[in-house]
Amino acid sequence: MHDQARFEYLLRLGDNCLILSQRLSEWCGHGPVLEEDIALTNVALDLLGHARFWLTCAAEVENAGRDEDQLAYLRDAGEFRNVLLVEQPNGDYAQTTARQFYFDTWHYFLLRELKNSSDSRVAEIAEKAVKEVTYHLERSSAWVIRLGDGTEESHGRMQRSIDDLWVYTGELFEPDAIDVEMRERDIGADLESLRAPWLEHVQKTLSEATLDAPSAGWMQRGGKRGVHTENLGYILAEMQFLQRAYPGAQW
Amino acid sequence: MVEGAQLSPEEIQFQERIDAGIKIEPKDYMPEGYRKTLIRQISQHAHSEIVGQLPEGNWITRAPTLKRKAIALAKVQDEAGHGLYLYSAVETLGVTREQTIEDLLAGKAKYSSIFNYPTLTWADMGAIGWLVDGSAIINQIPICRCSYGPYARAMVRICKEETFHMRQGFEIMMTLCRGTPAQKAMAQDALNRWWWPSLMMHGPSDAESTHSAQSIRWKIKLFSNDELRQKFVDQTVPQAEYLGLKIPDPDLKWNAERGHYDFGKIDWDEFYNVIKGNGPCNRERLRARIAAHEEGSWVRSAAAAHAEKRAKRKAA
Amino acid sequence: MNDWPLWEIFIRSQHGLAHKHVGSLHAPDAEMAVKNARDVYTRRNEGVSIWVVKSCDIAASSPGEKEPLFEPANSKVYRHPGFYEVPEEVKNM
Repeated sequence: MHDQARFEYLLRLGDNCLILSQRLSEWCGHGPVLEEDIALTNVALDLLGHARFWLTCAAEVENAGRDEDQLAYLRDAGEFRNVLLVEQPNGDYAQTTARQFYFDTWHYFLLRELKNSSDSRVAEIAEKAVKEVTYHLERSSAWVIRLGDGTEESHGRMQRSIDDLWVYTGELFEPDAIDVEMRERDIGADLESLRAPWLEHVQKTLSEATLDAPSAGWMQRGGKRGVHTENLGYILAEMQFLQRAYPGAQW
Repeated sequence: MVEGAQLSPEEIQFQERIDAGIKIEPKDYMPEGYRKTLIRQISQHAHSEIVGQLPEGNWITRAPTLKRKAIALAKVQDEAGHGLYLYSAVETLGVTREQTIEDLLAGKAKYSSIFNYPTLTWADMGAIGWLVDGSAIINQIPICRCSYGPYARAMVRICKEETFHMRQGFEIMMTLCRGTPAQKAMAQDALNRWWWPSLMMHGPSDAESTHSAQSIRWKIKLFSNDELRQKFVDQTVPQAEYLGLKIPDPDLKWNAERGHYDFGKIDWDEFYNVIKGNGPCNRERLRARIAAHEEGSWVRSAAAAHAEKRAKRKAA
Repeated sequence: MNDWPLWEIFIRSQHGLAHKHVGSLHAPDAEMAVKNARDVYTRRNEGVSIWVVKSCDIAASSPGEKEPLFEPANSKVYRHPGFYEVPEEVKNM
C-alpha cells in the first residue's frame, strides 16, 4: 500500500505548476511586446519543469506504474489537486499579472519551507525551484507596481484584477487533513504560517503600486479536493486531447 | 543596369569594400538601394519569425507529452527571440521596431508565405521543424557571411539556435513513423501538405526573381533561390526515405548525370496567391498579430509612464 | 508614449572574458532592461553578468575618422612581438 497522503501532497504541488504553466503558455506568441512574450514563456517553462519533477516524484510514491504523462494526461478534473487560483483565465495582462503575483508570493514562501522537508526528494526539488521562483516573484511584483502606478487605464485594470482574484487566495492557507498530516511528518509546510509573510509582501507591493488591498471576505475553495471551477474541464479537454484520442500511443 | 555603369566614386569604393570581404557597419557609407534592400529583407525575415510563432503556438497547449510541451514552448520562444534580434538589426539602419511592425500590421510588409498554411495535426509540428526549419537553415547559413555586420551577427546567433528546431521536428516525425498506423498516416499527411510550400520557401525561380542579381553583388544574398532549393531537396529526400515516407511528387528522381534530384514543377500560381493574401490563414495570422499589438498597447504605455514617473521622483 | 527606449546588452560569459556586446532590446527602464536581457540573451547559459546601456548614451567613433584614428597604429610594427628576431637557441621568450 503506497503512502496516499504523500502522493496527494505531491500531486497538489505538481498540479499547481502544471495548470499555471498551461495557462501561461496560452500567451506564447501573443504577448504585449516581444521581450515580455519571451520572459513570460520562461516562467511557463520553469513551472512546467517543476510540474514534471513533482509529478514524477508522485508517480514513484504511488508505485503503480504510472509516469508524469499518465498523471498529467489521463486524470479527469475531479482527480486534479491544484488550487482554484491557477486555473483562472488569462484575461488581460493585468489579470495574468495579478494571478501570477498572488501565486508567486505564496509559492516562494512555500518552497522556502519545503527546502527543509524531511523528505529529501521534496527538499531537493524545492531547493532548485525556489531560485527560479525568486525571479518570478521579483518579476510579477515589479509588474504589479508598474501597472498599478502606470497610467489611469492600467491602474484601473490592475485594481480590478487584484480585487477579482482575491477570493481565490484563501484556499492557499487553509490546511486540510492531508496538509496537517504532511506537516506533522515534517514533509510539508505549515500553510497557516505562510499567511503573514504573504500578506505582508502583498500589502507592501500593492501600496507601492498605489493599489488598494482587498479586505478579507468570503473565499472560494475546493481545488485541493478536486472540486474545481468550470475552467479546468476546458483546460484538460485541450491539454489531454491527443492522449485521449489515441490511447496508448507514443509521442 | 549594366554593371559598373553610372556608379558614383563612393559607390565604386563601396563595391570594392564588399568585394574585398569587408563588413559594412551601421554608420558606414552605403548606397540608398543597399540600405532599402536590407531593410526590406531583414524586416521580412523578422516578420516571418513573429508570424511563424502562430502556427506552432497553436499546438503548445495540446502537445501530447510534457516533454514535447517544454520543447514546443522553448522553440516558439526562440522564434520570438529571432524576431527580436532581426528587428534590432533593422533598427541599426534607422527604422524603429515600432515602424517596422506597423508596416506588417498595415499589410504593407511581407513575410514568409509558408506561415499562412494551417497546422491541422500534431504531425505538423514535426513537419514544420523538419521541413520549414530545414529550409530556413539552408537559406540562412549563407547569410551569416553577408556583407552587413549586424545582420550577419544576428544570423550567427539564429543559426546556432535553429539546429535544435530542425532536430526536434525530425524526432517528432520519427516517433510518429515508428508509432501506430494512424500516427504514420498523420506523418505522411503532414509531409503531403508541407512539402510544396517548403519548396516555395526558397523564393521564385532565378529567372523570375526581381532582386536577386543586385543582392548577390552586394553579398546580401550568396546563393540563388534555385541553388538553395536544390540543396534542400537533395538533403531531404534521403531523410524522407529513412522515415519511410513518400514525397508527394511523381517526378522526383535521382539524376546521376547532374548528381542531384530532379523534381516536379512548382505551382507558382499558388505561391503568388498566398503572397497576395489568398492563403488559407493570411487573415487569421495578421489579425492575431494586430490583436496582440493593440491589446498590448496599454501595457506598453503603462510601463513607459511608470518609468517616467520613477525617473522624475529620482531627480526630485 | 508607447515606445520603449533601445538598450545595448553586454554579457560576460562563464569563461572570465570581458563583457561582450550581444545585441539590443527595448525596455522602459534599466531594471527591466536587465531582466529582459536575462530572458532574451541568456536562455542557453550564455552568461553570468549583464550590463545594459541606453543606445543613445553610447558615443562612437565615426567611420569618416577611420584613417586618422587607426592608420597610425599600422605603422608601428615594433609594438608586435613578431617584429623582433629571437635566435633559435633562445627558446621561450
